[in-house]
Amino acid sequence: MVTKATVINTINNLSEVIIENSEMLNDLDRAIGDADHGINMKRGFLKVKTTMESTEINDIGHAFKTVGMTLLTSVGGASGPLYATAFLKFADQCKGNETIDLGTFENMLDAAIAGMMHRGKSDAGCKTMLDVWIPYTNTLKNENANGNTFVDALSKSMVAAHEGFEYSKTIIATKGRASYLGERSLGHGDPGAASTVLILKSLSDMFQEA
Amino acid sequence: MKKIINQVENIVDEMLKGAVKAHPEDLKRVDGFNVLVRTNAPVKGRVALVSGGGSGHEPSHGGFVGMGMLSGAVAGEVFTSPTPDQVYEAIKAVDGGDGVLLVIKNYSGDIMNFEMAAELAEADGIKVGNVVVNDDVAVEDSLYTTGRRGIAGTVFVHKIAGAAAERGESLDEVVRIANKVNSNMRSMGMSLTPCTVPAAGKPGFEIPDDELEMGLGIHGEPGTHREKIKSANEIAKYLLEKILGDMPLEENTEVAVMVNGLGGTPLMEKYILNNAVYDYLNDKKLSIHKTMIGNYMTSLEMAGLSLTVLKLDDELKTLLNAPANTPAFKQF
Repeated sequence: MVTKATVINTINNLSEVIIENSEMLNDLDRAIGDADHGINMKRGFLKVKTTMESTEINDIGHAFKTVGMTLLTSVGGASGPLYATAFLKFADQCKGNETIDLGTFENMLDAAIAGMMHRGKSDAGCKTMLDVWIPYTNTLKNENANGNTFVDALSKSMVAAHEGFEYSKTIIATKGRASYLGERSLGHGDPGAASTVLILKSLSDMFQEA
Repeated sequence: MKKIINQVENIVDEMLKGAVKAHPEDLKRVDGFNVLVRTNAPVKGRVALVSGGGSGHEPSHGGFVGMGMLSGAVAGEVFTSPTPDQVYEAIKAVDGGDGVLLVIKNYSGDIMNFEMAAELAEADGIKVGNVVVNDDVAVEDSLYTTGRRGIAGTVFVHKIAGAAAERGESLDEVVRIANKVNSNMRSMGMSLTPCTVPAAGKPGFEIPDDELEMGLGIHGEPGTHREKIKSANEIAKYLLEKILGDMPLEENTEVAVMVNGLGGTPLMEKYILNNAVYDYLNDKKLSIHKTMIGNYMTSLEMAGLSLTVLKLDDELKTLLNAPANTPAFKQF
């Protein structure tokens, strides 16, 4: 079981991770986009950091809603509404919760993916962040259903997430700004897929610590 | 990076403050937001137009706020779509009760942020319509991809749909005319140099001195391909072949042409290109009704330009020729 305190701690750690990796995200975006994914994510998570410090968090749903609303109003671009949608959908699944378990986490991931697919009118295989979210979630659900320990399930899910990012290098972008490059997008990993790996790593660690 | 700025994080705010101070008779800022609206907004009895996008495209979009064009413009961070709360504030500030047309360029981010804002406004009972501009022929069009980008042709949409709104047309009618402009125009751009997003501090791409980037968008993102530098006549021919290849025009068709600078190309070079464009179109027996030449939709300090051809009929011609009075475009 993950407690509210662990969730708040995880969000703060995630903010640091995104801020530290902003240059790496810019570099990925420079190859197939406009070199600002790291800048936008850093601006958003700097704001998340200060908002979390100044907000009295009532429950886990409130924590994720705070992240979602902050990203919605500070990131912009395509990643802003998509990540905002993910965290707001997380929040819907754990409104009023003091704790979350792996089953709730699976529901949160499903809701987030459905929300992002709707908002971005996208799916797996378009060279987007979904190419990481979806295999991570599918692996987690399969491993869980097969009765694997949650430590093992989460580590296999992270392997699937990394593989998803590697897979994004092998396909032509059909959604987002990289799609304007056509075949020139081949060989480059998707920046949104890379930032999703960082987010899912933080969330996996949250359960490992629990 | 060398730029005339203060703190990078204050660029958009200070630019908007400077714009309002330069044009106090035209523009006012919505308090607390990166939104410029007409000083007399909201105007009753007229459909309002809201456009916007990332900053770095000046004079787009705030420069076109004024009589006969936009009612409001939303400025995001440099090359980054503005957030839904900012667009929502713009809609609320300009709606006079007859509805609002959102002029959106076809980028995933712009569409998502503007759609979310439209959903918020519609929940308040505001009528919202939109046009998604996708004039860039450099990108292959396909049902299965994001499709073509919106670039400088967006300014023709501001002008013509803005004139329709000024004339008192309904929202449905303004939406129809905006879409008609979009479907009757094609654009294509090229560049000689990259540009530097201030927060990034380094150029978006590197390009050798003797090469040009063909078919790029307006955010410093790479284009479709690179080639050796060529003459203005050859560049004009290449761009026009792409444009007219996609939108074949019969002899004696009347067109409007926009030669748009990306920020770092002098007017001299734009005139040289225009000279070649004029001769090429003349050879094809197309008649140029109006030429717009200048910096309308820029990419910071990038050297390069885009060319837009708009096919005209009587309806579009009348609206294109209607008066406009904005900081960046005046016509009497």
